[in-house]
Amino acid sequence: MADEIILLDFLPSIFGMRIRVALAEKGLKYEYREQDLWNKSPLLLEMNPVHKKIPVLIHNGKPICESTIIVQYIDEVWKDKSPLLPADPYERAQARFWADYIDKKLYDLGKKITLTKGEEQDTRKREFLEFLKLLEGELGDKPFFGGENFGFVDVSLVAFSSRFYAYESFGNFSIEAECPKLIAWTKRCMERESVSSSLLDPQKVHDFVAGMRRRYGVE
Amino acid sequence: MAEEEVKLFGTWASPFSRRIEVALKLKGVKYEYIEENLTNKSPALLNYNPVHKQIPVLVHNGKPVAESFVIMEYVDETWKHNPILPTDPYERAMARFWAKYIDDKLWPAAKKVVVTKGEEQKGVIDEIQQQMKILEGELKEKKFFGGESLGFLDIAANIIIWLVVAQEALGMDQILNEEKLPVLHGWLQRLLDDAVFKECVPPKERHLDFSKVKFGSSIASK
Repeated sequence: MADEIILLDFLPSIFGMRIRVALAEKGLKYEYREQDLWNKSPLLLEMNPVHKKIPVLIHNGKPICESTIIVQYIDEVWKDKSPLLPADPYERAQARFWADYIDKKLYDLGKKITLTKGEEQDTRKREFLEFLKLLEGELGDKPFFGGENFGFVDVSLVAFSSRFYAYESFGNFSIEAECPKLIAWTKRCMERESVSSSLLDPQKVHDFVAGMRRRYGVE
Repeated sequence: MAEEEVKLFGTWASPFSRRIEVALKLKGVKYEYIEENLTNKSPALLNYNPVHKQIPVLVHNGKPVAESFVIMEYVDETWKHNPILPTDPYERAMARFWAKYIDDKLWPAAKKVVVTKGEEQKGVIDEIQQQMKILEGELKEKKFFGGESLGFLDIAANIIIWLVVAQEALGMDQILNEEKLPVLHGWLQRLLDDAVFKECVPPKERHLDFSKVKFGSSIASK
């Protein structure tokens, strides 16, 4: 029986991109359904009544919510192809730890850069870059956070790179100047079809963020 | 074979620390417990968890693991008997989803309800009631969230004990009362009665005194 996979998503969403990357890494066919977040569909509200958010993966009619949980689900169901988590429990724990930390910090750090100005924005930029440097330390000399192979932490983090141009533009700074290793890593990731086909073009992300800034009255 | 060395850095009143103790005890894993003083963290703790500098931290044969859910999954994968997470991927996703819900929604609300008053507190009480109702929907007729025996979500939800004791310390009406939330109330009694779990719960009086000191000073007299 063929699997039915539907993804409720929103093109500029970093969290949605994670799922697109994971599904592509596993070579899975699925139906993508773009959601209007300002006019949520009955299906979205039915499939994620608790948070009413995307992404939602619907696998044979059953919904899974929360991007990191969805990625783990995908990895466990389709475990024979391109495993995202390593086999060793200790290494798995390290991968989960870093994915969790990225989840707790990076989205808000980046968002705050785009919604602030002046001194406050300078502080936000500093915090953001400090966090990226910490991640660079974790990456070390490895090609990917997963080691030789593209893995769970890479999936968690790579989608943020689609937003770097927006952060740099609205923050007036260069991420590459401070974090060259991380930018080199994003370029390596973009060489993968699963990543380049899943991430929204940085210019389009930039335009989306510009729209959000207008919406929040930041100019 | 070398002796297995397992250490847990925690604090006796922390529900996060408790999660790991329960998980280790359910699996019969022998471990050395190190009580941390959070106002004067040990060099060992800072060395093992340089990123967050927090408890709990599990150190297994010298290698540290931090963050309670990450540790729980590590424990489950390393000591495979008496599994905490189900085997089915969909059920695993559900357990993780609800555990995250507890940390992202219930815990912040619980921390807030004990330091607010008046209308603001009423609002948070309503919020918690709603959250607990939602959790009841997940529990339904089961003995525990994990089914017949304690699972990942039951262990995660031990935060509710923290809230019950904190409310009692403050002389507040219990949000988790039998009348309004019979299903969750029943679950809590079963949790506290469980042979393994009850070994990990601090003596009520000690916990109550601790909460009175901690929260009594953080709100002005009503």
